Parts: sequence; C-alpha cells; structure tokens
Amino acid sequence: MLFKVLSMNKKEHLENLATIKEIMGRSTQFLSLSGLSGILAGIYALLGSFLVYRLIENHNSEYITLESYTFKMILLTASVVLLLSVFTALLLTFRKAKKSNESIWNPVSKRLLFNFLIPLVTGGIFIFLLISNRIYGLIGPVTLIFYGLSCVNASKYTHKDILFLGLSQITLGLLSTAFPGNSLYFWAFGFGVLHIFYGSIMYFKYDRQH
Amino acid sequence: MKNILKNINKVFDHRIRLAIMSALMVNDFLEFKRLKELLGVTDGNLASHIKALEKENFIITEKQFVNKKPNTRYKISSAGRKAFKNHLHALEQLLNQE
Repeated sequence: MLFKVLSMNKKEHLENLATIKEIMGRSTQFLSLSGLSGILAGIYALLGSFLVYRLIENHNSEYITLESYTFKMILLTASVVLLLSVFTALLLTFRKAKKSNESIWNPVSKRLLFNFLIPLVTGGIFIFLLISNRIYGLIGPVTLIFYGLSCVNASKYTHKDILFLGLSQITLGLLSTAFPGNSLYFWAFGFGVLHIFYGSIMYFKYDRQH
Repeated sequence: MKNILKNINKVFDHRIRLAIMSALMVNDFLEFKRLKELLGVTDGNLASHIKALEKENFIITEKQFVNKKPNTRYKISSAGRKAFKNHLHALEQLLNQE
C-alpha cells in the first residue's frame, strides 16, 4: 500500500483532484445554460425596444391609455420578445445539454428553475398590481430589478456569470427609478446590451468548448 | 511522510469511488440514477463501488417508496466525510512535497 501510493505520480494525483472538482461542480450546478441564447435574447430585446420607440414616437396624443392601439402594440411586442427569448433559451440549452450528456430535467435544473421563478413570479404579480393601481411609471424599473433578483437567486446553481448579470440588472433598475422617464433606454440597455454582453462572455467561455 | 500516507485511504484508490464521494460531499443525498448519470458508468460498475464504500460505512443507503415505486438514495456518513477530507488533505500534502 505504501509503495503503491509512492509510485503514483504527480500527474495521477492532479487528475484525481481534477475529477473531484469537476464532479462537485457538475453535481451542484446546471452548466448547460447556453450563452448563445443570451446573445439572441439581447438582440430580440433591442429590436423590440426599437419598435416600441417608434410606436411611442408615432403616438399622437400626450398620454398612452390602456385602451389605445399604441399600448396594445407595446404589450404585443413585449410578449413576443419574452416568448421568443424563452423559446430560444430552452431550445439551445436543450441542444447543449444533449451534446454534453447532461439531462435537462435533473435535481439541479429543477432547483435552478425554482429559485429563478420565485423573484420572477413575485415581480410579475407586483407589476400586475401596479397596473391595476394605475401606477405605470415603475413598470420598466421593476422588470429590471425583479429579473436581476431572479438571476442572482438562480446563480448559485449555474455559472457565476449569471450573478454578475443579475447584479448589473438590479443596479440598472435602481438607476432607472432614480431617473424616471427614461425607462425604455434603461430597459433596452438591461435586456438588450447586458444580455448580449454576458451571453458573449458565456459563449466564449463555455459553449465553444463543446 | 508516514503521517501523510496514514491518511491516504486505500478505499478511495479508484476514480469512480472518488467521484461518488465527491458528489455526495456536496449533495444532501443522490439517487442511484442521478449518480449513474453524473459519473457516466454502468449499473453494475456503480453498484459494486457503492457496495465497497458501504462496507466501510462511508455512505448510507436509504430505501424508500416514492409514488409506490422503490427508490434508493445515498448519503455520505460522518465517518465518510471525515475520511474523505483526510484523504483530500493528504493528497494535497503529497502534491506539495513533490
């Protein structure tokens, strides 16, 4: 036994330590999250923001009411952006998981989703209540803040980049609250530029290895 | 040197056993299916290594019924946690010496 350990070389020990580290990471973190889907979500958000910008520009009265064509189109744009982003994320993550032999529905991905949804659903209900109380000015900042909290909460179960994405979104949401009237720009920066930025980082760091 | 080697555990002298212990160190419990998926090994292979670790009382097997289906899950014991920590520590020291 003594002899055997001595004869094991440094390389073997290092390989064992690498295995230990790798298994500990993979068994507690869902690592198939696709960076590319972040980039695409960012592009959808920028296109959507541009569309909303044009809609507001072409709106001919001072206020946008809930019944107006403009408001309905804004809502439609936002829904399409959201659905497309979720669909892309699921599709690309599913593909990446398949490539790296990770099952998409495992205890870690369940934990990830659950923790992501707590702040997100809270935010959704909060925005619904804001609308029913006719407080519209805060919708933009609130989406950023709650989405950021969702990312921070989920980041324990995936790549650490999601933590920084979340913290950036929260900061942006608070800034957007401090400078009212510019929510569209903050929103475009948060959901557009930040997604493209962090998506690219993740794409080059993790996606391309496979 | 002798002191270090005392903590190198022969039971862990296998990549799959190291992997099982590593996964159980950071998870409250893991099911057989999940362990198999994480390690990428066959049923028989995993079962035999689990058995070896069980024999040393390093892991605890819990059999229960979930939705009327038998379900086996594994936990690390406090003895297993201690032995694994010592083993890691010894590996580290060995590497530092070389």
